[in-house]
Amino acid sequence: MQSSLGFPILTWITFLPIIGLLLVLLVPVGKDEKSREVSHIIMRWITVGITFIQLIFAIIIFINYNRALTGVNDVSTFQFVERMTWIDANFPVIGHIKIEYFLGIDGLSAPMVLLTAIVCFVAVFPSFVIEKGVKGYFAMYLLLDTGMMGVFVALDFFLFYVFWELMLLPMYFLIGIWGGPRKEYAAIKFFIYTLVGSVFMLLVMIGLYYSVGSFSILDMMNPNNYKPDSIFAGMHTTIRYIAFMALFIGFAIKVPSVPFHTWLPDAHVEAPTPISVILAGVLLKMGTYGMIRIAFPIFPDAVGYFQSLIAWVGMISIIYGALCALGQHKVGQRDFKKLIAYSSVSHMGYVVLGLASMRPEGISGAIFQMFNHGTITSMLFMIVGVIYDRAHTRGLDEFGGLANKMPVYTGIMMVAFFAAIGLPGLSGFISEAMVFLGSFNTYPYLTIASGLGIILGAAYMLWALQKVFFGKLPERWNKPWDPSGKKFPGDDLIAREYAALVPLAIIIIYLGVYPAPMLDLMNASVNHFVEFMKPYVLIGNFLTGM
Amino acid sequence: MLEIGNLVSNLQSSLLVFLPEIVLVFSLLILIVTDLIFKNIRFLNGYLSLIVFAVCGVSLFFVPRNQVGFLNTYIFDDFSLYFKIIILITNFIIVLMSFNSNELKEKSRPLGEFYIFLVGMTFGMFLVIGSVNLILIYLAIETMSISSYILAGYTKEIKRASEASLKYVIFGAVSSGLMIYGISLLFGLTGSLNLNEINNYLQLNKIDSFPFLVSSLLILAGFAYKISAVPFHFWTPDVYEGAPITITAYLSVASKAAGFAVLLRFLKTMLSAPTGSMNEIWTMVSSIDWTLILAVLSALTMTLGNIVALWQNNLKRLLAFSSIAHAGYILMGVTVLNNTGVASVLVYFFMYLIMNLGAFICVMLVANELNSEDIQDFEGLGYRAPLLATVFSILLFSLIGLPPTAGFIAKFYVFASVIDAGLIWLAVIGVINSVISLYYYVKIMRNMFIRGVDTNKGPIKVAWLNQIVVIVLAFLTILFGIYFSPIVNWANSSSKILIFN
Repeated sequence: MQSSLGFPILTWITFLPIIGLLLVLLVPVGKDEKSREVSHIIMRWITVGITFIQLIFAIIIFINYNRALTGVNDVSTFQFVERMTWIDANFPVIGHIKIEYFLGIDGLSAPMVLLTAIVCFVAVFPSFVIEKGVKGYFAMYLLLDTGMMGVFVALDFFLFYVFWELMLLPMYFLIGIWGGPRKEYAAIKFFIYTLVGSVFMLLVMIGLYYSVGSFSILDMMNPNNYKPDSIFAGMHTTIRYIAFMALFIGFAIKVPSVPFHTWLPDAHVEAPTPISVILAGVLLKMGTYGMIRIAFPIFPDAVGYFQSLIAWVGMISIIYGALCALGQHKVGQRDFKKLIAYSSVSHMGYVVLGLASMRPEGISGAIFQMFNHGTITSMLFMIVGVIYDRAHTRGLDEFGGLANKMPVYTGIMMVAFFAAIGLPGLSGFISEAMVFLGSFNTYPYLTIASGLGIILGAAYMLWALQKVFFGKLPERWNKPWDPSGKKFPGDDLIAREYAALVPLAIIIIYLGVYPAPMLDLMNASVNHFVEFMKPYVLIGNFLTGM
Repeated sequence: MLEIGNLVSNLQSSLLVFLPEIVLVFSLLILIVTDLIFKNIRFLNGYLSLIVFAVCGVSLFFVPRNQVGFLNTYIFDDFSLYFKIIILITNFIIVLMSFNSNELKEKSRPLGEFYIFLVGMTFGMFLVIGSVNLILIYLAIETMSISSYILAGYTKEIKRASEASLKYVIFGAVSSGLMIYGISLLFGLTGSLNLNEINNYLQLNKIDSFPFLVSSLLILAGFAYKISAVPFHFWTPDVYEGAPITITAYLSVASKAAGFAVLLRFLKTMLSAPTGSMNEIWTMVSSIDWTLILAVLSALTMTLGNIVALWQNNLKRLLAFSSIAHAGYILMGVTVLNNTGVASVLVYFFMYLIMNLGAFICVMLVANELNSEDIQDFEGLGYRAPLLATVFSILLFSLIGLPPTAGFIAKFYVFASVIDAGLIWLAVIGVINSVISLYYYVKIMRNMFIRGVDTNKGPIKVAWLNQIVVIVLAFLTILFGIYFSPIVNWANSSSKILIFN
C-alpha cells in the first residue's frame, strides 16, 4: 500500500510529530538554570525541525498533486491513498467489524493539509516565549499537530473520529496549563462543548456503519450501499434528518457558528498566543471541513431539506460575530484578542454561507476562505502576541501611536488587517467575493444582509487600527520595551517574529494577486462535489439566469 | 431417583470440571497452615497466593470445556472461562498492589489472613460464575460476600473501615434475604431450582406473570446488589471509601464481574428459549419486557453514578460513584439480551479491569505518601510526580472513554450493540453520561496539572513495584485502544452461554 510517490507520505506527514514528541520527551532536563535553558533550546528547535520537515512534505504533496482528479466520493481519484485493514474482529450477530487505516486526499482536503503544515510551523516561533513546563508544552503541541493532520487525511470514519478526539486532550492542557487567568474555565468549557458535539457524531457513525457495513466515508456516500431496512436506508427519512442535524451541530460547535460559539472567545482570550494561532488557524477549519467531507455528502437529502437553515446560520454568524467584535470597542471590554476571536466567528460564517450556496464558486470560495482565514487570523493573533509579549497587556485603548515606535511591525500588521477587512489585492478579498458570488445566486437576500458584515468588519478593524497604531503614544510606552535589551533589543520585531509573520504575509499577498495555485488545487473536486449534490439541493441562478 | 452407582460416577466425572475450584480450596487450607507456622514472614502468604492464582489459572485450561457437573448444577463453558480469567488477573494485580499498601502495613498487622480471605472470595466468585442452580447460586454469593465483608473491614482499628464492613453486612443481609425469598417463590411456581428445568417449565406451561415478575425481580435485586446498580447501590460509596483501597479496587472489578456473570447466565439460561444452533439472538420465554426493565435500571444507574460523582472530593468515593456509572454502561450491554450484548459486556470488562485497577493503584500510591485521598491534595501532583500523574491521566482519559484508549473501545462496542438492538434512546443517555463524567475525571487532572503549578512541596517518592504495574496498565490501555482485535475476538468466542437439556 504505497502512494503515488513511492512512499507513504500521508502517514509520514501525520505521524512525524509523534516522532518529534518522543524526541522531546527524551531530552534530559537539567537541575540548574543554565542546563535547563539549554534543554529548552533543544526542545524548541526539535519542534521547529519536525514542523519544518512536515511543511516540506506538504509542499511535496502540493507539487505532486494531480489537479485533474476529482476525489470526493470516488476512491480511484483520491491521491496518495494508503489503505489497509486495521481492525477486523468478529462479533456475534453483527459479524465482522472492519475498520480500515484509510488515508487519502482530494481537492477538499489538500488545501487544509497545506494550511495545517504552514500554521503548525509558524506557530512554533511564538511558542519560544513559553518558559514553564517547556517539555510538556512541546509534547502537547506535537500531539495536537498529529491529531489535526490526521483529521484532514483520514477517509475512514472511525479513524477520523479517533483523530478528532485525539486533539481534545492536548488542547485542554495547552489552554489549561499555559493559559491566562481564567484558563480553567476556558479549558473545560472548550472540552465539554466539543465532546457534546462529538459523542453524537459517534452514535451517527455507528448507525451509518450498520446501514452500510463499512466505516469508509466514501462508501457511506453511495445510496446503493445502504442495506434495505437499515436505519439510514432510503432518502428523506426523519431519522436521516436527525442524524444530519447531530453531525451538523457537532461540526458547527467546532466552527463555531452562532449559537454554539460561546466557547471560542473564552478559549481564545485565555490561550497563549501560539495556541490561539492554531485554534483559529486550523482547529476551526475542522468544523467546516467535517461538514463538506462527511455531513453534506453522506446526507445530501438532509442538506436539501435544511439548506436555507444552514445559510441562515452562516448569515447570522457573520453579522452577530461582527457586532460582537464591534462591541469590543465599548469601554471596559477592550480586549484585542477577543475582538479577533469574534471576527473569526464572523469570517467562518462566510464559509458556512458559501457551503450553503452549493454553487461551484461559492464552495471554492468557502474552501479558499478557510485557507485564507487560517493564514490571516494566525497573523492577527501573532500580531497581538507581539505587543502582549512586550507590554503584557492587550487592552485596545492602552496603546496608540505604535506606528512611530515600531514601523516595520506596523507595516506587516497592515497586510493582515487589510486582508481581514477584505481589501482587493489581498487573499481575503478573493475568497469573500467568491463566497458572495455563489451565495448571491442561491440566497440573494441573505447575501445582501451578510454584506453588512463586511461594513461592520471594516469598522471594527479600522477602529482598532486607529486606536493601537495611530495617534499619540502613551507616556508609559515611551521607554524601551525591555530595558536590559536581552529579550527585545530595539523596539521593533525580532528575528523569530519575522520568521513567523513574513511567510504568512507573503502568502496573503501572493494569493491575493494570483489565487490560481490554490483554486486549481480544489477546482476539480469542487465541481465534482457540486455535481454530486445537485440532485438533492437548491442551486440558485439569481445572477447567472441559467 | 438416581442410583448410587450413577451418582458416584457422576460426581467422579464432575471433579474435573471443578478442578480450578479444588485448587483454590486446597490452597486455602495450605495458606491457613503456613500462616500459623511462618507468622513472622510478612508477605509469605502474599507470594504463595500469587503462585496459587497462577496454578489455578493454568488448571483452567485442563478443564474439559462445555461440561456440566454435579447433577446439572455446575457448568464450565467459554463464558465462565473468560470471567474466571478476568478475576484471576484482578487477583494478581490486587496482590501486587497489597505489597505496597501503607494502610495494610500499619501497626504490624498480620497479613496472612488477608490473602486467605482473598483466596476464599475467589472461590466464591468462581462458584457464582459457574452455577446453574438457584440454591448453589445463593450459597456461592454468600461465600463470596462473607469474605468480602471481612476484607472490607480488614483495617479494623480505623473507624470508617469498621463502619464500612458493618454497612456492607447489613445491606448484604437485606439483599440476600430478598433473593432467597424470590428463589422460594420461583420454586413454588415452577417446582424446580435448576435454571434449565425452570426454563423448560416456562416454555411448556403458561404461568401467572405477576408472581413470576415479583420473584424474578427479587432475585435480580440480589444480583443488582452485587453489581451496585441503582437502587441497590447505597452500600457502595461508604464501603468503597471505608475499605482498604486494595479491597475497594477488588470489589469494583472482581465482585462486579461475578455479579454480571451470574446475571447474564440467569437471563440467558432461565429466561430465553433456545432457538437454533447459534442461539445468538435470544427469544425471551415470558411476556415480561425484560429489555425495558434492564434499560431503565441501566439508565438510572449511570445517571445517578455520574451526577453524584460530580460533587465528590474524596477520590475513593469519587471512583466508587464512577464505578456505579460504569456498571450502568455495562448494563447497557446486558439490556440488549443477545450475544452481541454479552460480547460487549465481556469486552467492557477486560478494558474496565485495566483502567479501573490502574486508577486505584495511582490513588493508592499518592495516598501512601500524602495520607489523604482528598482531591485538594492532588494539586500540583503533575510537578511532584510527573510520571505517575501522566500515567494516571491516561487511565482517567480511558475512563472517560476518549480514543485512542481502551475505554473508548469498550464504550464503542456497548453503544454498537445497543444501537444494533434499536435502543437509541438508551445510547443517547449513555453518551450524555459520558459527557457528564468528563467533568469529574477532568477535575482530577485539573488539580494535578493546572493547579498548584508553583507548588514548592518536594517530589513524591513512589514505590517502584506498583509504579511498574501502573505503567504497564497504562501502556495496555493505549495498546488496546489502538489494537483491540484479540480482545474482541476472544470476547466473541466466549459469548456463547452454554445451555443443556
